[in-house]
Amino acid sequence: MNEDLYQEHILDHYHYPRHKGKIVNANVIHREINPLCGDELTFYASIDKEKIKALSFEGNGCAVSQASASLLSEFLQGKTIKDIKKLDDNTIYSLLGISISHTRRKCALLSMQAIKEGVRLQEQLTKQPAKNIKTKTRTIRKG
Amino acid sequence: MNTKLNSTPQKSILQKGSKEALTLRNDFPMYKSHPTLVYLDNTATSHKPKSVLKAMNDFYCLYNANVHRGVYSLAEKATIAFEQARDSVAHFIGADREEVIFTSGTTSGLNLAMRLLAPHIKKDDEIVVSVVEHHSNLVPWQELAKEKNAILRFIPITANYTLDLKAARTIINSKTKIVAITGISNVLGMETPLGDIIALAHKHGAKTIIDGAQMVAHGKVDVHTLNCDFFSFSGHKMFGPTGIGVLYGRKALLEKLKPHVFGGEMVREVNSYHAKWNELPWKFEAGTPMIAQAIGLRAAIEYIKHRKLYAKEEYLRVLRNYTIAELQKLGATIIGPQHGAPIITFTLAGIHPHDIAQILDRDEICIRAGHHCAMPLHQELKIQASARVSLSYYNTKEDIDRFLQGIKKVYAIFGVKHHE
Repeated sequence: MNEDLYQEHILDHYHYPRHKGKIVNANVIHREINPLCGDELTFYASIDKEKIKALSFEGNGCAVSQASASLLSEFLQGKTIKDIKKLDDNTIYSLLGISISHTRRKCALLSMQAIKEGVRLQEQLTKQPAKNIKTKTRTIRKG
Repeated sequence: MNTKLNSTPQKSILQKGSKEALTLRNDFPMYKSHPTLVYLDNTATSHKPKSVLKAMNDFYCLYNANVHRGVYSLAEKATIAFEQARDSVAHFIGADREEVIFTSGTTSGLNLAMRLLAPHIKKDDEIVVSVVEHHSNLVPWQELAKEKNAILRFIPITANYTLDLKAARTIINSKTKIVAITGISNVLGMETPLGDIIALAHKHGAKTIIDGAQMVAHGKVDVHTLNCDFFSFSGHKMFGPTGIGVLYGRKALLEKLKPHVFGGEMVREVNSYHAKWNELPWKFEAGTPMIAQAIGLRAAIEYIKHRKLYAKEEYLRVLRNYTIAELQKLGATIIGPQHGAPIITFTLAGIHPHDIAQILDRDEICIRAGHHCAMPLHQELKIQASARVSLSYYNTKEDIDRFLQGIKKVYAIFGVKHHE
């Protein structure tokens, strides 16, 4: 199983990621990290009337996490919010085209987590009535 | 890094050391189950010799009973074995037995030290740590600083990955109440100049807490000589079982501090509304202790002494230097000082450490990838993630050579050309 992990397909998307970059007027921006090994991904999306007008990502990490982000970005071009919500583990596994061991699952699914969470948070924000929400957070004083 | 590895003395040290390391493996059941294993993650945990496993098994099979309570002879036997384990630890680290508190590991010990000192910290007090700290010796102090509105300060490292003593001299000042620092960085292998730091702290009346997790595997520790207030370490990194560690606390300090965990064992007398604390060290050990694990820890200490492991430290240093030199020839960037503990952290340009570890795993080579529970250090060094090799007395030159072949495979898979 692990033998296939570094197939050409994965390495291709890792070395030459599609849709990598920032979107300046994105209305969905969300970063996720994998604390196990330091993978990180930020997804950007411009969504208008439920349709994805533009989608991209930035990030750093292992071949699986980055290839997954590239493959997912390609897959989601021109799709809708519903399609993002419909995403599940199997979508990612079939995009990657290989079986993923338990330990690498977090790496593979990080991209899906990032875009789904980004959309969820954006929806939450737009549903809230406009008011000043002041939250008191304690921060550490630096010396 | 200029080490004359082609010199005859170095070559013969490697040869002799590797041979002894192979013999040592006969003591370790893990090497029987995995004879071709290349285990290079000893900073995470060490393997366990038969004698440690037997000691724990014997307790459960031959004299299992609770301690400090029963009058019957089995209970007495268990109690003696447990308290002898404490004596063994005390002798091992140069402490008095009243100063040895059993914990569940380094992290629990550091948290306990934080809780015990917390009532004495107030607003605007300063807590000093270093940038290389493991999260277990950083996050507790972050929390304390937040709780008390105290100031958290960091001693930096130099460009050569050594602790910046010059900076430490200004950072540790009259406002400092706590200095919490590691003896050996689990990422860099950097050895902290503890004598200097502890002296600086005491000059200003600050309490010192040492994270000794990596120290105990590599050389004799003497807490009275170090003159620290607290010292925390784990059994499982020094050939002992998981689930046990030790917090050393200076007696005069422990006598004044209020316990943090309450219940049976740590009390002498209890009525409905009041309890009198037990004497040291039991004042800080509530509930049934980790009896089997303490006995296992004692067996680990006996094993270290019996096999004279600390005497093999020179071999590990030479093996470390060999690893570094060969990795550099393969184009790796080494993240660590010239001299240090046998912990080698490195990066390969354009290849994520997680992928390196994954590919090496195919050949039974175990290395660590990520940030090794030291995210701030990686942020400071502006590194996303790193790969780490850490050696112990059962590692051989052959282990490293197989590891290096593995790195070449990684390059091949990622289409990176390397020079040799």
